[in-house]
Amino acid sequence: MRIDLATLATWVGMMLATYSSRVAGFWFVQRFPIRGRLKAGLEAVPLAVLTALIAPTVLATGPAETLAGLVTLLLAWRLPVLAAVIGGVAAVVLLRNFMG
Amino acid sequence: MSTAEVAKRAEGNWRDDFLFGAWQMAPLLLAGIPFALILGTTAAAKGLSPAETGLMSAFVFAGSAQFIAAGLWTHPIPIFVVIATTWMVNLRHLLMSASIGPQMGRFSRRQSYFGLFFLADEIWAVALRRAAEGKLTPAYYFGQSLPFWVSWVFWSTTGNILGSTIADPSRYGFDYAFVAVFLVILFGFCRNRASLIPIVVSAATALIAWKLLPSVWYIFIGGIAGTVAAALIAKPETAWPDDAH
Repeated sequence: MRIDLATLATWVGMMLATYSSRVAGFWFVQRFPIRGRLKAGLEAVPLAVLTALIAPTVLATGPAETLAGLVTLLLAWRLPVLAAVIGGVAAVVLLRNFMG
Repeated sequence: MSTAEVAKRAEGNWRDDFLFGAWQMAPLLLAGIPFALILGTTAAAKGLSPAETGLMSAFVFAGSAQFIAAGLWTHPIPIFVVIATTWMVNLRHLLMSASIGPQMGRFSRRQSYFGLFFLADEIWAVALRRAAEGKLTPAYYFGQSLPFWVSWVFWSTTGNILGSTIADPSRYGFDYAFVAVFLVILFGFCRNRASLIPIVVSAATALIAWKLLPSVWYIFIGGIAGTVAAALIAKPETAWPDDAH
């Protein structure tokens, strides 16, 4: 079990960088009244961050990824989450095979 | 047992709530295994030992930051570059932890600060979905987080030991499972036409940033642009969707 000290120090630094960002937003909203524009902004965070995470894959990678996104949304409209996810993944595998 | 039955039983009971959280994360946990294996393989190729790889996953618990760190790895270790990059990659967590903060009313202070250690994208998204049903409990959240964390540590260490024998995850669509889950959750969060503003602004900004900037700046930039757009169009003091649903 080899553990280099400089490596361990890097992990601790990365942990602090990650953890600080995971508590800072929470710390902030505990201390300020959440209303008006701040409230509206916070309520939009899930929409904005989820969109940003997937936008390059769904919109700019290729027709297979974009079409599979549409399939996923259509399935999600009527079916449970798991069925929509499995359907979307199956669609992307099939479409990638057809479209190269 | 159907999902609805599990959900019904889960209300109020610590153990059942914990198991229900774990159950709802199961697809994402499974989809994460190939990525953990590849992270381990990448780390092995850079000369990191299994113990070092496992400790990285246990301490940092942030997939994209870990992949980038493994990519940057050389000797001597560029420690400040790696840490600064981690911080930049994780800027989106500022927004994520701010958005989940008001939903953690059932958490004690200690539970909150312990729980936020585990606030990876997948856990955050599924937790917020639960919160939208008004049922986010510490038991549910730790049911989501702890098995996910154990799996991430275990499989990245395993990937390091196995070395380069692992197939490309995109071959079986594993890479798309995250996208599909996030898309379904996003769909569930769309409540009215005002929801489209942050989505459109975020998508447009993220795509431009993705084309023009290195690494994963696009996530934070798209996220902040969509958030600010929603704040700007809100009528002051009649904070939005409350009056629309």
